[in-house]
Amino acid sequence: MMTLAHSLGAWRCDKRAAIAATIAMGLMLAAFPFMIGSALGNSWLRIVDFALLYIMLALGLNIVVGFAGLLDMGYIAFYAVGAYLYALLASPHFGLHLPVWLIIPAGAVLAGVFGVLLGAPTLRLRGDYLAIVTLGFGEIVRIFLNNLNAPVNITNGPQGVSGIDPIHLGGITLAKPLSILGFTISSLHAYYYFFLALALLIVFITIRLENSRIGRAWVAIREDEIAAKSCGINTRNIKLLAFTMGASFGGVAGGLFAGFQGFVSPESFNLMESVMVLCMVVLGGMGNIPGVILGGILLTILPEVFRHGAGPVQMALFGKILLDPEALRMLLFGLALIVVMLYRPAGLWPSTTRRREFRGESTTDALKEGE
Amino acid sequence: MDIFIQQIINGLVLGSIYALVALGYTMVYGIMGLINFAHGEIVMIGAMVALTVVKLLVNSGLPVFIIILIALAGAVAVCMAVGYSIERIAYRPLRRAPKLAPLITAIGVSIVLQNLAMLIWGRNYHAFPPILPDAQFDIYGATITSLQVTIVLIAALMMAGLIVLIHRTRLGRAMRATSENPLIAQLMGVNINQIISFTFVIGSALAAVAGLMVSANYSIVHFYMGFMLGLKAFTAAVLGGIGNIAGAVLGGILLGLIESLGAGYIGDLTGGFLGSHYQDVFAFFVLICVLIFRPSGLVGEKISERA
Repeated sequence: MMTLAHSLGAWRCDKRAAIAATIAMGLMLAAFPFMIGSALGNSWLRIVDFALLYIMLALGLNIVVGFAGLLDMGYIAFYAVGAYLYALLASPHFGLHLPVWLIIPAGAVLAGVFGVLLGAPTLRLRGDYLAIVTLGFGEIVRIFLNNLNAPVNITNGPQGVSGIDPIHLGGITLAKPLSILGFTISSLHAYYYFFLALALLIVFITIRLENSRIGRAWVAIREDEIAAKSCGINTRNIKLLAFTMGASFGGVAGGLFAGFQGFVSPESFNLMESVMVLCMVVLGGMGNIPGVILGGILLTILPEVFRHGAGPVQMALFGKILLDPEALRMLLFGLALIVVMLYRPAGLWPSTTRRREFRGESTTDALKEGE
Repeated sequence: MDIFIQQIINGLVLGSIYALVALGYTMVYGIMGLINFAHGEIVMIGAMVALTVVKLLVNSGLPVFIIILIALAGAVAVCMAVGYSIERIAYRPLRRAPKLAPLITAIGVSIVLQNLAMLIWGRNYHAFPPILPDAQFDIYGATITSLQVTIVLIAALMMAGLIVLIHRTRLGRAMRATSENPLIAQLMGVNINQIISFTFVIGSALAAVAGLMVSANYSIVHFYMGFMLGLKAFTAAVLGGIGNIAGAVLGGILLGLIESLGAGYIGDLTGGFLGSHYQDVFAFFVLICVLIFRPSGLVGEKISERA
């Protein structure tokens, strides 16, 4: 993904170099699953597929938190809405099997509607008050998913919905090995390419948004809402738009998750997941698209590295498992979050303006320095 | 009617615990403008330490009162140390950083503490040994245990003590000055580093007491218990108006009452459509409604539109 940013940067200066970089980048991304698959095995390929989903989520949340500066801690609710919509419309649960090209956009729209539902009453709230309300909203959605199995069974409660149709386009299903031109690729590879295509589409949309009138309006609201208002920005609509856009990305990612996983349950959408996506955005570099992508990749891969490492390393060092690997892995993960933020408070890859602002160190209020 | 009174009693007990924890959130927020996400874990650590001490001493023949006192002292000491170190390690270096950076370290600390507890105490639920006297009183058909009375009394006492500390002592004045404007407070000779550390230590001590109360009253201790409790207490602090001491107390007790009354009556209110497992929805719903009409909490000051 690093080369992506470079190629994007280069685009503006030199077209030929840019085309070369894009082709190289494309080839690398195309070959990537085969390298991973042969070097590390299919379980890692699955993790890479998940990383792509998380990138979509992180980019969606980045619109709300990074661009518009609205701290949303219940973002996973939109992911849940997308996932459950897919699960209910394409599984034996209701006996419905609608096509994917219908469900995914419907998920985006429904999540967007939820975004407005959350955004509209919270427009007056600021900063941390907004954080707790969005957090409550996320919990409310999860609790409803958990309990809507009685009196009418809608979500099947804590057991979740299983047997969800895999993603299928036209007559092709991604769940079975695909053969194209005599060349067979496995299901995980097929999902990779499909997710990659959608992730790239979302990256493209966010980049275009960032440099649009709307994107500039978001940044203006983030920096100073009153000034933005006095410049003629309709802050209400623009904020609602941020919530809606961010939510709809989450809805798309949720639908993909349901199709990929084949199973959804309320447990996948707890508060910790929201917090995780928020960490991706902030740790990567809030508001900076390549940074957010980096954050998404790192925070998906890192726990898995620790998971695979925690047991065997202990075996090698002490000859037995001394510490619970599961606890150790999250412990290391927590430490990693702390250490990264201590050494790079503006994120791993902040945008150039933010970095400059941060170095410029306004001294007006040393302690409560604003966002 | 007796059910109503019973729910009020349960709500008061739960609310006092929420209030104690909410005070920790609100004090830190008032001084640093930071959501101390790890505060719930401090409560959990307090509960764990207290439980360990009680289990060690339960067969020692000491009187129950002394055992509880020792457990409390141990929990308070450990929590103070943890609170102090968290601030030194994870928050102090980030005071000048962008606002969300300390939030992420706070989340990191919370994850670390949770898993550290899991490593030390295992992932099982621990039951609190039944050593406490279980005298029960009858009030109009509802029962209240001596433990519940003690919890409410101690919580009230501690809150009163805190308010005296903040409004009547030199230290309290320094705390209020720091929360008003740290830079000017510093110019007036306040050592703000010391004050901030002190705030964390006090908040952690309150959390330790709350931890012991939770484990004794609900008799269950688990490495994950701090998360939901912290969340609720934070909700309570926001409900009252975060940064405001009286607000935290009010919010905590209100939230406790809302929750237990909600759990008791939500079924009747919705004609049996929503059961008692929707009590959390109820709590958050009330929070959202309050914030729509009073965006800075029940007794929070009006936030000036930042220029």
